[in-house]
Amino acid sequence: MTASKPTNANFDRFLHARRKLYNYIFLGLTGLATAIALAALALILETLVVKGVAGLDIHVFTMSQPAPDMAGGLLNAIVGSLIMCAIGMVIALFVGILAGTWLAEYGDGTKLATIVRFLNDILISAPSILIGLFVYELLVRPFHGFSAAAGGVALALLAMPVATRATEDIMRMQPNALREAGMALGANRGHVIRSIIWRASKSGLMTGALLSFARISGETAPLLFTSLGNPFLSTKLTQPMASMPTTIFQFAMSAYDDWQRLAWAGALLIAVAVLTTNIIGRALTRGSTHK
Amino acid sequence: MTFEDTTTDHRTVMIPPPEADRVIDVHNLDFFYGKSQALFGVDLPVARNKVTALIGPSGCGKSTLLRTLNRIYDLYPGQSATGEIMFDGENVLDQAKNSEQLRARIGMVFQRPTPFPMSIYDNIAFGVRLHRSVSKADMDVIVERSLTRAALWDEVKDKLSLSGLGLSGGQQQRLCVARGIAINPDVLLLDEPASALDPLSTAKLESTLIELKSSLTIVIVTHNLQQAARISDYTGFMLLGKMIEFRPSSDAFVSPETQQMQDYITGRFG
Amino acid sequence: MAVAAPSPPPQGQAAASAGNDTLRVTDAQGDPRQPGGDHIFRWLSLTAVLVMMATLLGLVLSLVSGGWMALSHFGISFFTTSTWDPVADQYGAAAPIVGTLITSFLALLLALPVAIGVAVFLVEICPQMIARWLAIAVELLAGIPSIVYGMWGLFVLAPWFAAHVQLPLMMAVTPGSWLETLISGVPNGANIFTASLILAVMILPYIAAILRELLMSVPSHMREAAYGLGCTQREVVMRIMLPYVRKSAIGAVMLGLGRALGETMAVTFIIGNSHNFPGSLFDSGSTISSTIANEFTEATGDMHISALIALGLVLFLITFATIATARLLLGRGGPK
Repeated sequence: MTASKPTNANFDRFLHARRKLYNYIFLGLTGLATAIALAALALILETLVVKGVAGLDIHVFTMSQPAPDMAGGLLNAIVGSLIMCAIGMVIALFVGILAGTWLAEYGDGTKLATIVRFLNDILISAPSILIGLFVYELLVRPFHGFSAAAGGVALALLAMPVATRATEDIMRMQPNALREAGMALGANRGHVIRSIIWRASKSGLMTGALLSFARISGETAPLLFTSLGNPFLSTKLTQPMASMPTTIFQFAMSAYDDWQRLAWAGALLIAVAVLTTNIIGRALTRGSTHK
Repeated sequence: MTFEDTTTDHRTVMIPPPEADRVIDVHNLDFFYGKSQALFGVDLPVARNKVTALIGPSGCGKSTLLRTLNRIYDLYPGQSATGEIMFDGENVLDQAKNSEQLRARIGMVFQRPTPFPMSIYDNIAFGVRLHRSVSKADMDVIVERSLTRAALWDEVKDKLSLSGLGLSGGQQQRLCVARGIAINPDVLLLDEPASALDPLSTAKLESTLIELKSSLTIVIVTHNLQQAARISDYTGFMLLGKMIEFRPSSDAFVSPETQQMQDYITGRFG
Repeated sequence: MAVAAPSPPPQGQAAASAGNDTLRVTDAQGDPRQPGGDHIFRWLSLTAVLVMMATLLGLVLSLVSGGWMALSHFGISFFTTSTWDPVADQYGAAAPIVGTLITSFLALLLALPVAIGVAVFLVEICPQMIARWLAIAVELLAGIPSIVYGMWGLFVLAPWFAAHVQLPLMMAVTPGSWLETLISGVPNGANIFTASLILAVMILPYIAAILRELLMSVPSHMREAAYGLGCTQREVVMRIMLPYVRKSAIGAVMLGLGRALGETMAVTFIIGNSHNFPGSLFDSGSTISSTIANEFTEATGDMHISALIALGLVLFLITFATIATARLLLGRGGPK
């Protein structure tokens, strides 16, 4: 057959076969890696759903923390988490949106903006437990007591850099032509930003808010030594307050089966909340970029 | 497209309108993007209630010149202008504090349509509310009048509460014109307003501009020579940041004096 | 409908009735919608930026001032000894510091090859329809609260690991061999290795998501040119795409490392919380964050609290250096 077809002298069949073999091995390995990753994550999710659903009942939402071996639920923790997340979000969005606006609009090109941007990106990834220590020194130690307010501030400090970054990114995507058109009508910069650029960035800002919320709603470490926890339903901002993550932590580490069951139910609730928020946030972005 | 100035003809030809008719008078204007100079001692007399067209190859500085007239370049740190832009007895370049009021009197329409993310009605009302408190009834009249003058009223009168982003490109551009004239400026600057439009929309926009001339002064940057010839009273030809020839449009396209303009309008470059 | 006029007047009349000179700005009553001009808003937003920066500064200052008592009292021995004894008020932090570094690097070692595999598979090999969904799944998993990973480690991984890995291995190894030293420990599954494993699972989707975005940023003409030369997929990925994003990829890896270093909850559940210097891979241990999380609210005295905050300062310095390097390498394209 070599006689019937002219072969290219430069074409090494063995080399070719070896390259092909290596390629198949390579493809197999990447597929294997993906399979391993998916299997690990599926295992975790499966446990979470099975054990979480088993622990779920109506008491979870209607009753507060039980004594061991008594009926009870997570009401105090759910309410506490909602209150502290709300405090955190209000502060974080106020500061974050303004700071992001400054970075995108006023500070652009200045040295200060470059430094701030860099440090903000570091804050985004900073260990959350350190934020807890900071707020402890700032708000717990001076006032001689753990409080829901301190927990809310700790969550705010965590969400702030995320909101700042999201705001800056989305505002940068707005075309300069829009700013020029506003200014050409005689609007000042601030007015153009507030009534045109913010409006054009609305869905992006919503996404940023949701992503920051997702970031803080599952945080445990910074709450451990700011809001501490509270076995009773409390809405006083100056008192310790329960939260989902700290309650889950406490229950999971306990030796009581009931508490561990509740911990799984709580873990499922919190995971579902975070996932839903993330999905809505992403859907919003997709809707706006496709327009 | 860059252009090598190979001719030996370095004259500047100015046949300006009478001084009494000028609403804006630019003298010896230099402009800088950071350190690089984009305009070199440019003069531009703008006659009242006329259309002045600025033409020239890409990068010649015609858009830059337009953007100095209402100080819109203020938006970008690092851009600066020196010289004289006389408007209403004062040098625009000395009036950094009053740029908002200046822009209310010198409106601008951009290359790409820039409807704001709000309803058609609010797009018009936005600019008006910046400068005056207006009752709802008065605002309705202003909105209708502006849209009518921009030849858009009949097409949008039934959907004023819908988003301006939903209009076609040509309609969006006329909405921007309506928005600009709603605050009753003395001058309207247009930066290649038809470059993103189809021929039909362009024709509509041009007839709108010709009608507006009775109450407004218009300065338009265009790369379309036919358009400049059709609608303008005066034409300025620019090259490499300099004003080469400025004269009434009636003879500018027939008998240009400089070699460069001759080359440009006969299509030899640009 | 916005225009209320019941029967619109002829257009010319409308214009005349509004009157051209009613709107001259020169005789307007100022700017009703723009009170105070631009300055208030500008300063407000700058203040917000300063608040952000004050947070970081305050963080550093509070860690330094809070940890100063312990650091000045123990000096260098805080870092070199591993006696952590609240009763005697003796604190040496070598064990948690080393524990933090070991678990994080081990986690990275375990997660990185898998993360690269996942990213390459999603970008270059898997059909795009499926890849898009898998990618969304990976990104969502990166957002699951770490406490979920921690609970799974405690209740599922640790018992399984003790029964199916640790015990059989202990039975099998020759007594006295180096292998026995490496795997000695209480067979309860709560040890340095399982903690690293959980950390690896946690940072895996995080690193994979960033790497995927980096690989997708490779210009398609480069890939096409390489395929056009007859390259196999392996050659395109290994010789063209990965080298192209090399610098950013290192940044992504370091960002994952930073996350592992600072992670608290996933580790605290499963590392065994012992302050002894870890003697083997399967020995229980502690990390900086697990120590702080476990002891802070029950700290017995000022020196104990100060020692814990000093630990926090050490963690801050380590993670700051890691994340700062990562961000510098990643440039502006990094994740939120």
